[in-house]
Parts: sequence; structure tokens; C-alpha cells
Amino acid sequence: MTTRKLEILVGAFVALAIAALLLLAMKVANTGVTGSDQSYKLYAKFDNIGGLKVRSPVKVGGVVVGRVASIQLDPEAFQPVVTLEINSSYSNFPETSSLSILTSGLLGEQYIGLQPGFVDENVEILADGDYIEDTKAAIVLEELIGQFLFNRGNQ
Amino acid sequence: MLDKLQQLGAATIASVQGFGRAALMVLGALWGRPRFVKAWPLYIKQFYVVGVLSLLIIVVSGLFIGMVLALQGYTVLSKFGAEQMLGPLVALSLLRELGPVVTALLFAGRAGSALTAEIGLMKATEQLSGMEMMAVDPLRRVIAPRFWAGVVCMPLLALIFNAVGILGGHLVGVDWLGVDAGGYWSAMQANVDLHEDVLNGVIKSMVFAFLVTVIALHKGFDAVPTSEGISQATTQTVVTASLAVLGFDFVLTAVMFGG
Repeated sequence: MTTRKLEILVGAFVALAIAALLLLAMKVANTGVTGSDQSYKLYAKFDNIGGLKVRSPVKVGGVVVGRVASIQLDPEAFQPVVTLEINSSYSNFPETSSLSILTSGLLGEQYIGLQPGFVDENVEILADGDYIEDTKAAIVLEELIGQFLFNRGNQ
Repeated sequence: MLDKLQQLGAATIASVQGFGRAALMVLGALWGRPRFVKAWPLYIKQFYVVGVLSLLIIVVSGLFIGMVLALQGYTVLSKFGAEQMLGPLVALSLLRELGPVVTALLFAGRAGSALTAEIGLMKATEQLSGMEMMAVDPLRRVIAPRFWAGVVCMPLLALIFNAVGILGGHLVGVDWLGVDAGGYWSAMQANVDLHEDVLNGVIKSMVFAFLVTVIALHKGFDAVPTSEGISQATTQTVVTASLAVLGFDFVLTAVMFGG
């Protein structure tokens, strides 16, 4: 076979491999939706974060607006501090917004639900580095069962 | 007792010598700038033999492995009503494990054994000594193009294997078993990370490519120059390369995903 024909076949092979890489990067791993975009950070203290993990989604009404960037324990208050990375295109949440840790489905993973609050002239808009004060802890199934049994025992 | 000890020592020395000869061979082949321009036809020929000719077996195996994964995964997942997780199951098993490992095993069988047999026969028919007589370095003329072809082509083949496997999973899961197409892709996108999964898989396949290619070239270059020696070297290539791939796969998996 001539070199030209070999070169064409090798070129087709490499093109196929690049197409496969693009398929994996775009369609399978789906880059560019979050992560590379501009984002700002919000902080929140919870009493209990349950099974929340880094990279868990932050949702408003089911729409993903950001992700959990890191989870640390406040060394003085012994409270978990969660850092949220919110997409910059959603930058107008009022400071009266509240966070709760929810579970998708019965066995699903946990995520943070953001409930936007009311707006009036005294309420400011959350900016980079702000704390969200109003948080609800995750529901721990064992505590719930314990309370239920305790109540039953009193009756 | 002393005999056993002597056997152990001899085996150790022999294997260390093997490593040393393999390292010297690779160093000799890569010493200096690769002459990509002058030796272009040699390189193109090897890319064709090693890469393009391995394409068929890689595509067919990838398609069938993706289809079987979807079929088997579906039977278990449907019991928990979690058919939506079929996409991540197929994609993660392919990207993290099956893509690099199965490609490396197939590559060792398809291209590695061919490299060993070819170089072993060159040695047996004294073509390599002939080159040396003509002041042509056989390491640079014979080994270097095959080394680069193997090291470059195998990760590309693994990428193609992954992509075809995921499409095969789509074929069975969505088109046959009726998993929602949107759910298949969106659950996959939510669970697959470009760095964590895709990139680590590519790094794995690069390591395997180096291992398989070097083992194949070394076994051929080191073969006993008889027909029996060449057949033994070819068998050894497939066995050693497969064991090395599986062993390194465990180590790499422990480092990448174990922590």
C-alpha cells in the first residue's frame, strides 16, 4: 500500500479517536454546565448535615443553581459550615432566603434546597462571602424513629 | 535447601536482567530526538499496523461489552426501580475499569503478539544483525516506530472502546429495554466527572500502553532466535502483558479511586 493510503487510514483512525474523546467529554461527562462558569460563594451553618457531600447540588424549586464546594466543622461552635458555590447567573437571592437539607426520593442522595425569601427595602441581596442564617438541619431517620418510639412510650 | 536458595537467586537475577535489558532497549530506541520527519513512512506503517488494524476487534468488543453491561445491569437495577442509573453504571464501569483494561488485554493479544513475532523473526533471520552491519541502528529503525505507535495508539483505542461501549449500552438499555433516553444521558452526566473518571481512565490506558508495548518489544528483541523461541516469546508476551496490566490496574485503581 502507498504511504498516502496509509496516511489517510491513520488520519481516519485519529479522527475517530478524537470524536470518541469529544463524545466522552461533552455528552457523557457534560462539562461546561457548571464548574467552568463564574460562581460566587455563600456560607451556611447547619446543626446537622446528614449525608451531604462535597459536589452535592444546590436546588431552587428543583433547578440546580450551584454545588457544595466544601464542608468543614467550625472548631468553636462545633457546627458544620457548608460552602456553596452558586452560579453567577443566579445572583439576586435576598438575605431572608432559607436553606434546608433534603433527600431526593426515599433512597436518593441528599441535596440543599434553597428557598428564596421575601424582598422589601430593608432586605439586602446576598453577595459573595455572605452567610445564610436561616437553615434547617437534615432529617436523620434514626432520631425520627427514636422520637416516635419515645412518644409512643408516653401514651 | 541450598539448591532451592540458588534457584531463587538465579530466578531473581534473570528477571532483574530482563528488566535491565528492556530498559536499555527502550533507552536505546528513544535516545536523541525521534526522527519523525525522516522516518515518516516507517512511523505511518506502524500506526497503521498497530492502530488501524486493531480497530475492528476493539469496536466489536466495545459494542458487545456495553450491550452486555446494560443487559446485566438492567436486571438488577429494575428490581430496585432504579433503571435511571443504567447510564452511570455503564459509563463508570467502562471509563474507570473495562475500557482501559479490556483494551489493553485485547491490544496485547492482537498487536503485542504480532510485534513480538515480527521482531523475533527479524532476529532469527538475522535482519537485525544485517542492519547493524550496514551501520543502521535496529533500535532506532525497528523498535522506535513500533514503540511510539503502541504508546500512542492504545489510549486512542481505549477512548474509542469507551465511546462505542456507551453507545452499545444505549442500544440495549434505551432502544430495547425501554429506559428513558433523557434519563440515560442526564443521570450519566450528573455522575460522570471529566477529571475524576474520564481523565483517570486515559491515564490508566497510557500506563497500560507503555507496559504492553515495552513487554511485547522486549520479548521479541530478546527471543531465542529459533522457531520454538519465537513461539515461546509470543506466548510470554500475551501472558506477561496481561498479568502486568491486571496487577498495575489494581495499584492504579487503589491510588486513583481507593482514597
